[in-house]
Amino acid sequence: MPRFRAALLAVLAAAPLLVACGEDGGPVTLGWYVGQESSGAYREIARRCTDASAGRYAIRLEQLPRSADAQREALVRRLAARDRTVDLIGLDVIWTAEFAGAGWLRPWDAERATAVSRGVLAGPLATATYRGRLWAVPFTSNTQLLWYRKSRVPAPPPTWDRLIDTAELLPAGQGTFAVQGGRYEGYTAWVAALLASAGTGLVADPEDPDRARADLAPGPAARALGVVSRLARSPVAGSGLSVATETESSDLVLSGAAALTVAYPTLYAAARADAPDLLADLGWARYPAVLAGVPSRPPLGGLNLGVSSYSRHPGPAFDAAACLRSAAHQQLAAVRGGLPPTLELVYDVPAVRAQFPFAVLLRESIAAAAPRPATPAWSDVSLAVQQVLHPPASVDPERAVPELRRRIDDALASQALL
Amino acid sequence: MSRPGGPPAPAGTRPRPIGAAPGRPATRRRRRRRARSAWWLIAPAVLTMLAVTAYPVLYACWLSLQRYDLRFPDQRGFVGLDNYAAVLSAPVFWTDLGATLVIAGIAVAIQLVAGFGIALTLRRAVVGRRAVHAALLLPYGIITVVAAFAWQYAATPDLSFVSDRAWLAERWSSFAVVIATEVWKATPFVALLLLAGLAAVPEELLETAEVDGASAWQRFRQVLLPGIRPVLLVVLLYRILDSIRVFDTVFVQTDGANGTETLSLLAYDQLAGRLNLGLGSAVSVLLFALSAGTALTFLLVFRADLRQLARREER
Repeated sequence: MPRFRAALLAVLAAAPLLVACGEDGGPVTLGWYVGQESSGAYREIARRCTDASAGRYAIRLEQLPRSADAQREALVRRLAARDRTVDLIGLDVIWTAEFAGAGWLRPWDAERATAVSRGVLAGPLATATYRGRLWAVPFTSNTQLLWYRKSRVPAPPPTWDRLIDTAELLPAGQGTFAVQGGRYEGYTAWVAALLASAGTGLVADPEDPDRARADLAPGPAARALGVVSRLARSPVAGSGLSVATETESSDLVLSGAAALTVAYPTLYAAARADAPDLLADLGWARYPAVLAGVPSRPPLGGLNLGVSSYSRHPGPAFDAAACLRSAAHQQLAAVRGGLPPTLELVYDVPAVRAQFPFAVLLRESIAAAAPRPATPAWSDVSLAVQQVLHPPASVDPERAVPELRRRIDDALASQALL
Repeated sequence: MSRPGGPPAPAGTRPRPIGAAPGRPATRRRRRRRARSAWWLIAPAVLTMLAVTAYPVLYACWLSLQRYDLRFPDQRGFVGLDNYAAVLSAPVFWTDLGATLVIAGIAVAIQLVAGFGIALTLRRAVVGRRAVHAALLLPYGIITVVAAFAWQYAATPDLSFVSDRAWLAERWSSFAVVIATEVWKATPFVALLLLAGLAAVPEELLETAEVDGASAWQRFRQVLLPGIRPVLLVVLLYRILDSIRVFDTVFVQTDGANGTETLSLLAYDQLAGRLNLGLGSAVSVLLFALSAGTALTFLLVFRADLRQLARREER
């Protein structure tokens, strides 16, 4: 595509000039496109970085929709059209390979990469890395814990199977085990966490497009999918499992119907705000395991900050990204917005401990979490998972594994309809 | 105005003398000038239409012949009909086509029957006609996404004011919700158009039939139905074309879960979700072909009826 290359060259050639102009004529404006955050933490952090830049740049917060899928679509539309108002991108951890592969992100140079990697938890750092380069800087992280009603399940067992047993013994209307079984990325995250906990994964060699293929070791994969199939067919799943997202799970907990759920810590914040009576009865534990004696690998979420290839001001943008994710600002995001940090030390700050009484478990879970495979075709793989394994009650573990393998191989080739 | 292939000119219009030239030179010149200025007048509209419809359609056709995935920019290239082969050999395409036809077929059938019923009732309405018409148009005026959410809430346990069943958790009950939404939204449109059609059936004709001893069913079958047949066909065509492309209701309510994915949702997934412009365009082009094929078939099969309607409008 010579025209594309010419345009890119023109942008690259013009960039330093434009930066220079900006520096002479007051601060350059950096558009930071990121999903909506209701506490105002992002806005405050952007303001502080603007102030700290001493007139070099001003960050303009551009809010994207709430759902990750909608955010991605909005960003993709802009980037595919080479929108030059996008400077900083708030990237869900699963987008790094895709955006880097499409040429929409500027890689961090070695010097900057070393500086911003220091003290970052390994899992979050891995989600910002693709093919040996750093494409974004980890800002916030996230993982799921097991949440339970202490009055109903005094000592939650560590595996899915035994948790389902426990829930099935509870009286009707109190024993729901709320899981995200709707047809969306959250369901794929659950499946991926189950597979990782059983010792296998969705994709082998994800970072090499020529060698990437379905992983799914037959025995462990069937064990993992057995959890989906068993829970979906149990009365404790509740009738809305196949359409449940985080919102529905959280509603089930707050309304008192659920005894157990797997959820991000936002659940705790929601309980504190909307159901304070329930808070004292809400316990937390490590994400459930598939195999007895083998620790679980919880799902890993979070947000990384990348610099757009089409930014007119890459220099200030890199500096701004580094500022936004500083320890002080991660602390602010944690305390005000309830967003778990990616810098290990921030978990020891007393204010953060107060926000997350489960901070130690959270850090430990993030360290043990399994990132979803870093392939540019991730959204295809996720779609394949949703097509083969949805609705959850239809899953037949023995038959689903070969079918899923075939569909994931198709997805990685990105040439079949999904 | 008579046209080729039409019925003989009705009495009163001046027949053209056999063998005479079509008008004197001055008239002909004037006519040509008028034709030319007519072209100038419609040119902006035609150009705009070409720019906003023909160009995107042709561009989509061109994209559908390429391997073009935004995530793998280096692999872009012409692949002929490969994308179509991939689409047509994928079971998901046929499942989605089935879901599309189920939704469109059932929804349009109910819309027609219910719309006809409402139109027949309104025809008899003596008082408050305007108010009823306005009220009838409300569902049609409400944004589809809003309507879709309202019905979604109605079908969700705990939020519902209707029932405690998780309607959207299974395939056929999901179809029921989607179809109910579509019916609720489009029936008023059908009813009002049919009502306009009914107004063209002369009241005396019905009275005569009644005096002659025709039963209500006979009057409906043999007087009313033939009278509004052309309008009915146009309404049917509109509704079918609209329903084949059903997107927003399904997108909001199930996002294609439980086997409710339609073709337009499939195209959207390939384009906006997977960034696979080649495959997505192939699905879009096939969907376009389906709509265009339906419309063309309609125009060919019901040519006579539609011409009758056009004549009626000219009067």
